[in-house]
Amino acid sequence: MSEEEVAELLAMYRISLEQLPKIYHDDPAVQAIGGDVGDVIRIIRDSRTAGRAEAYRLVVKRPKK
Amino acid sequence: MASPKRIGRIEFGLFSPKEIRKMSVRKIIWADTYDDDGFPYPQGLMDLHLGVIDPGLRCKTCDQKAADCPGHFGHIELAKPVVHVGYTRLIRKLLRVTCRSCSRLLMTAEEVEKVVGPDDSDLTVDVVSEKDIKKERICPHCGEQQLKVNFEKPTTFTESFIEDGRKVEHKLTPADIRARLEKIPDDDLRLMGVNPDVARPEWTILTVLPVPPVTMRPSIILENGQRSEDDLTHKLVDIIRINQRFKENQDAGAPQLIIEDLWELLQYHVTTYLDNEVAGCPPARHRSGRPLKTLSQRLKGKEGRFRGSLSGKRVNFSARTVISPDPDLSIGEVGIPLAIVNEMTIPVRVTPFNLEEMRQYVLNGPERPTIKSPCGANYAIRPDNRRMRLSDVNLETVAEMLEPGWTVERQLKDGDIVLFNRQPSLHRMSIMAHRVVVMDGKTFRLNPAVCPPYNADFDGDEMNLHVPQTEEARAEAEILISVQANILSPRTGGPIIGGIHDHITGIFLLTHRRRHLQKEDVLYLTQHLDIEHLPEPDTVDADGKPLWTNKQVFSLILPEELNMIFRASSCQNCETCRRDMCENDAYVRIIDGQLVAGTIDKKAIGAFDGQILHRIVRQYGMKRAARFIDDVTKLSIRGIMLQGFSFGIDDEDLTKTEYGQIDEVLKGAISDVERRIKIFKEGQLEPMPGRTLEETLEMQIMQVLGKARDRTGEIAGRHLGMDNSAVVMAVSGARGSMLNLTQVAGCLGQQSVRGERIMRGYEGRTLPHFRRNELGAEAHGFIINSYKSGLSPTEFFFHAIGGREGLVDTAVRTSQSGYLQRRMINALQDLKVAYDGTVRTTGGRIIQFRYGEDGTDPTKSSYGAPVDVKGIVESVLKEEVE
Repeated sequence: MSEEEVAELLAMYRISLEQLPKIYHDDPAVQAIGGDVGDVIRIIRDSRTAGRAEAYRLVVKRPKK
Repeated sequence: MASPKRIGRIEFGLFSPKEIRKMSVRKIIWADTYDDDGFPYPQGLMDLHLGVIDPGLRCKTCDQKAADCPGHFGHIELAKPVVHVGYTRLIRKLLRVTCRSCSRLLMTAEEVEKVVGPDDSDLTVDVVSEKDIKKERICPHCGEQQLKVNFEKPTTFTESFIEDGRKVEHKLTPADIRARLEKIPDDDLRLMGVNPDVARPEWTILTVLPVPPVTMRPSIILENGQRSEDDLTHKLVDIIRINQRFKENQDAGAPQLIIEDLWELLQYHVTTYLDNEVAGCPPARHRSGRPLKTLSQRLKGKEGRFRGSLSGKRVNFSARTVISPDPDLSIGEVGIPLAIVNEMTIPVRVTPFNLEEMRQYVLNGPERPTIKSPCGANYAIRPDNRRMRLSDVNLETVAEMLEPGWTVERQLKDGDIVLFNRQPSLHRMSIMAHRVVVMDGKTFRLNPAVCPPYNADFDGDEMNLHVPQTEEARAEAEILISVQANILSPRTGGPIIGGIHDHITGIFLLTHRRRHLQKEDVLYLTQHLDIEHLPEPDTVDADGKPLWTNKQVFSLILPEELNMIFRASSCQNCETCRRDMCENDAYVRIIDGQLVAGTIDKKAIGAFDGQILHRIVRQYGMKRAARFIDDVTKLSIRGIMLQGFSFGIDDEDLTKTEYGQIDEVLKGAISDVERRIKIFKEGQLEPMPGRTLEETLEMQIMQVLGKARDRTGEIAGRHLGMDNSAVVMAVSGARGSMLNLTQVAGCLGQQSVRGERIMRGYEGRTLPHFRRNELGAEAHGFIINSYKSGLSPTEFFFHAIGGREGLVDTAVRTSQSGYLQRRMINALQDLKVAYDGTVRTTGGRIIQFRYGEDGTDPTKSSYGAPVDVKGIVESVLKEEVE
């Protein structure tokens, strides 16, 4: 997501970046789309209840051990 | 109240000897506690500087009284250092990865970089582990040959090396270890995950021992006036004694052997003082033989400080007793015995408006003689927060003094809101808010329709009751957790409170088929309902007396304008539904609040799938639904009493013809099994795809025998018609099934372990009554007899085998699901759905962007779907739609 989109997202939920759900930078899905630490990715999934659901995750570095 | 602050960071570290001495207010040197006058020894374990526990004395450190003084630490100077048991693993690791002479990490800079990696920005966790060090190598820094460090539980460290082909062991004293740990450079420690600013490794070897304040280990005075000390005090006494003796011996220049023995003894006492359950160490015992409860034991486990005192505590304003049923109570009520009601109170602030009422409460006093008498009060609290216990002597004076600003703790009375709970509290319906009804007797009374959410029955179950003490708590209880707010379960979105057992049987008997009732009967049935007029009679009998149909009677409790169409539990799922002409009267049609056709049973009003209930909650609201359940319970109980309902052993009697038929079916099945075994033995059996011959045979046998049992059930069921109580209960869904009936009257059928015939036992056979490798039906647990006819000895044994599996399964399941529940609750306990529909933690971190991805509350939806389209269309068209 672009910086403006992220800003909009954070404003919509009135949260800081840190309050987003996280995902590790070495997660296979993140690697596949070339996400970098600090990026926010949008996840669109098929949902059993809602049909289509959107979620957002902040890419973070995996801590050692 | 202070505003909440966010915790920036928590730092964990070790106390250094310096800090311990700085913190200490007194050096403790005497093992004795009190002198003959009962006064604490100065510099003894109960020194007045460490805080006070006796009322009247003042703390010599802070000059406060017993209740206000928090207590202060002292310290004991140990004669020689000892190992702290809690850190033995860390000590072992540090000894193994550092040099025995220069104490540096046994790695070169290059090796370190290889393990740690180029980026060493955040070294917060231990990076270098024992595995990264090669065994018994030479120190890269000073060239010293390393020795193997052995650790023996609980606290012994030795070095071993091989000399002249013999293994030589050399004990490391805590002083040696401490010397080595002291020399480890700070930078090397960081690599091993130790932050030297807060935890130098040598601090894991104790040279000075903190003595906890007396407030932490209060002594109690027994009835005979004797003092009994806390376990911790006992342990500290031991430590000081040994320490003292050690010092004396040391000063006198005692031989090395004695010194070593004393050192070890001191180590033992310090170890058990910290943790009395260490492996390889006999627990220190009280004189009575009971193991002492020392520091670690105070924290650990279910009753420990964390799980027992912080996550869960005991509370006031609660009561517990046995429960019993009362169908005349509303589902939202709870009957409470007088004894409990007199004891439990609600604080009410006195205002000019309720002054007179409060005065009356106070005058009534603490003893309420009967359930009809007005409620009294147990305490009055003055504006200066002084509590006054009300008793017969001071009622008038207190009532006189009462004025606005006081608070009166009045007793419970009818209509008060209380929380009612039954363990295990597995879901939110395990605690619900009820309204008080004061009753005689000694048990809590509840409407049996609220048993399902609590999973309660009346075989001796006990339940708890809590009285909310503030207006806010009562408002929350009423709005969020009242019984009526919980008729629908958030698990399925369907009702969880509703008719059970006899309610279903009763309403089934009342509404089954179309019948006419005399006025007396109709009045008997409806006498407890809130109804003003009877409807127009359906017809008149021969004498011209009015008659009502049974369906009319039930319709009295339905909301007007209710339109529903569904199939009852007794529906046989015929291929073509004959709808209104259904043979079993299972096609339920409710038009404009009138039951036109069909039988009311479990599907309509049952606790888990009551369709009418569900509809009423959605269409008319919780209050109407609660009234409906009240009405159903009352009507159905009278419905069952009108006809009478009983069940006995002769209700399972069949005639000779049926017994003959059952015999024939079973004999046929057994010979069929024999035939198949013969085919198998001749090698003629065609295996099923993907199965071996044996598996195919097993499956065939199971199938044949299963079918045979069902056939016997059908034969029995044909004889036992709808006039049989067991059949009525099974068909209406009240209790039991046709399978249960089959097993009682027909035959018990195949007993199984893990879904297969019983194969275990002796070599090649299940019991010595059979031939080896016999494959026949009886030899592997097929039971021809029924519960009624009685089992043969072999059959009984097989039944016990099958039954045992069920018991084991439930035992395993409950323990596993209990632990799962604990973990789930610990993980989820602070999450909540915010007003914007997101699920968040208390820190505002988002867990779900929309609750359940669709933002739907199951209790406000139709089994998950936002709108019940079919139901709405049907209630408009008054016809069933596909």
